[in-house]
Amino acid sequence: MGGRSAAVMAAAVGRVLRLCRRWGAGPRAQTLRLICTTTAVHRKNAGASGPEKYTEAFIKKQIEEFNLGKRHLANMMGEDPETFTQEDIDRAIAYLFPSGLFDEQARPMMKHPNEVFPEQRKIQWGEDGRPFHFLFYTGKQSYYSLMHETYEKWLNVQKHQDQLIAQDLPVQKEKRNLAGSRWLTKIELEEILLEKVSDDDYSRFIKLLQKLVALPCADIEDKYIQKFSREVPVQLQKVVIEPLQYDERGVAFSTGEGKRKTARATAVVYDNGTGKITVNGIDILHYFPVLQDREQLLFPFQFLGRIGKHDTVCTVSGGGRSAQAGAIRLATAKALRSFVTEKEVEFMRQAGLLTVDPRVKERKKPGQEGPRRKFTWKKR
Amino acid sequence: NLLTFTRTGSSCTVGARTASAGSAAPGAAPGAALTRTRGTGSAPGSAGEPPGSDRTWMTSCSPSLSATPDFFNVKELFTLKDLFDARVHLGHKKGCRHRFMEPYIFGCRLDQDIIDLDQTMQHLQLALNFTAHVAYRGGIILFVSRKRQFCHLVESTARACGEYAHTRYWQGGLLTNAHIQLGPGVRLPDLLIFLSTLNNVFEPHVAIRDAAKMNIPTVGVVDTNCNPCLISYPIPGNDDSPAAVELYCKLFRMTIIRAKDKRRHSEAVEELRRKAEGN
Repeated sequence: MGGRSAAVMAAAVGRVLRLCRRWGAGPRAQTLRLICTTTAVHRKNAGASGPEKYTEAFIKKQIEEFNLGKRHLANMMGEDPETFTQEDIDRAIAYLFPSGLFDEQARPMMKHPNEVFPEQRKIQWGEDGRPFHFLFYTGKQSYYSLMHETYEKWLNVQKHQDQLIAQDLPVQKEKRNLAGSRWLTKIELEEILLEKVSDDDYSRFIKLLQKLVALPCADIEDKYIQKFSREVPVQLQKVVIEPLQYDERGVAFSTGEGKRKTARATAVVYDNGTGKITVNGIDILHYFPVLQDREQLLFPFQFLGRIGKHDTVCTVSGGGRSAQAGAIRLATAKALRSFVTEKEVEFMRQAGLLTVDPRVKERKKPGQEGPRRKFTWKKR
Repeated sequence: NLLTFTRTGSSCTVGARTASAGSAAPGAAPGAALTRTRGTGSAPGSAGEPPGSDRTWMTSCSPSLSATPDFFNVKELFTLKDLFDARVHLGHKKGCRHRFMEPYIFGCRLDQDIIDLDQTMQHLQLALNFTAHVAYRGGIILFVSRKRQFCHLVESTARACGEYAHTRYWQGGLLTNAHIQLGPGVRLPDLLIFLSTLNNVFEPHVAIRDAAKMNIPTVGVVDTNCNPCLISYPIPGNDDSPAAVELYCKLFRMTIIRAKDKRRHSEAVEELRRKAEGN
């Protein structure tokens, strides 16, 4: 292409120079305008063809050449040709052809042809021109053949169901646990099919799968369905309630940690107590002069009806008055879980005693006086 | 109540068929080549070129369509009773009738059109014969139907014959823009078989017009609400009953397999004959 354009340019220039000579010699010496034509004019108007296609024979030849080249490279580097891995190839190429180019893709590389020539670009028909796949003329052969197969499984299940009904046998319906699984995503499906799948096609496929799974006798085709479902890691972690510990005196106790805003607290709740609460070595009456904070501390005990039965020793740091009270409340509630039945733990959870309060101070934004407060609006 | 038939309808379809058969646009798809050699091929059995040559698409050692009208004996595959039992004669209601289908309609009973099975027999024999010839010459056959009910059946039939099917959404330029959509150097189908000529919105399928544009012959089952123009070999008959469609699929499958077997057989015979001559 470059040679052709150069020749054309040379021809154009030659034409212009000849014209120049003729005109310069004549009585009227006109100023010459150089008209340069580009190769675009000369290129035939070919429609944009699709992506290049490669034949099977071509790919095979490339693979043979790659294997041969790999052995030569191994010999050059003085390594064993049998155990020459892809990483060794990369290292050898980087050593023999050092490149200062920034882009990794632009540097010289030697990879297996299957990675270089994508699968879908292979020519889909044989020598006589007949395509290999019977749904080739639809344009989306893999997707439609998948739909065809899935529908066939659905028909199979229907037929099996009909047979069971005809023989008056019970049609089983065990509840399959779908909670821990999800269907394939669109991108995963595209990777499997090696062709683009539109959103509508994908949703249609998922609906068909759901229809298949909804049938009572769908267990027959379980293996087929497994291909399209993925495990979802169980998000819920069962909260383990620690058992009671016993100190030297034989008294049962339990620890808990809690936080609120910037305050962090730990509480140790002892059994067989008198309801005394100590915070950082100070009695609560002196540490929390305000009634509201003391009420917060007493709330878990009051909820469970164990007000005079436990002793508590807490340590707290950070935050303000109210935040520290909230932190200790959470810590004591967590500690009390060990003393109490599962049902009461559930009641505590529903009452909000065991939930960490996520509210923190909102940041100030530029152009405003506070997190939400704007500057005073002046009309003029 | 019998209808008064108009002759114009029938002549229209016959004209369409001969027009598509006779036309051969220069530089057209291989489908055109098929129609060009129609009636000019040598008698069956006599060798033109040896079968193993390059031009597998149109070999001249093939039976002539005019010399033996039923070379593959497709008549024995079906009887009038089979068509009647499969409910092929049942058309749509009088209000849905297409004007050009009037020649093929026997009558109208209680507002429902009844298709003339004698005409159907003739058309079916012609269509099956043509399909067999196409399959004999190694042509690509594409089954088209946009009825969701029979999508799976048609695809299975195509797969069983070793041919191709398209029972899904038809993308606009599939035939006319094939070199971009399907890849450069693709070979287009040599015959389109419509199990139902209407699409999901009860309009003529785009493929009929596109095949006519690309000079690809078509065989189609036309119901009383369909337009039989532009179809090379229409088969007036019911396209809605499962029994009827299963019958059509069975007939097409048997003809194509029969034609391919005959081809393999005759190629084997040729091979042996050449070997004998060589020795």
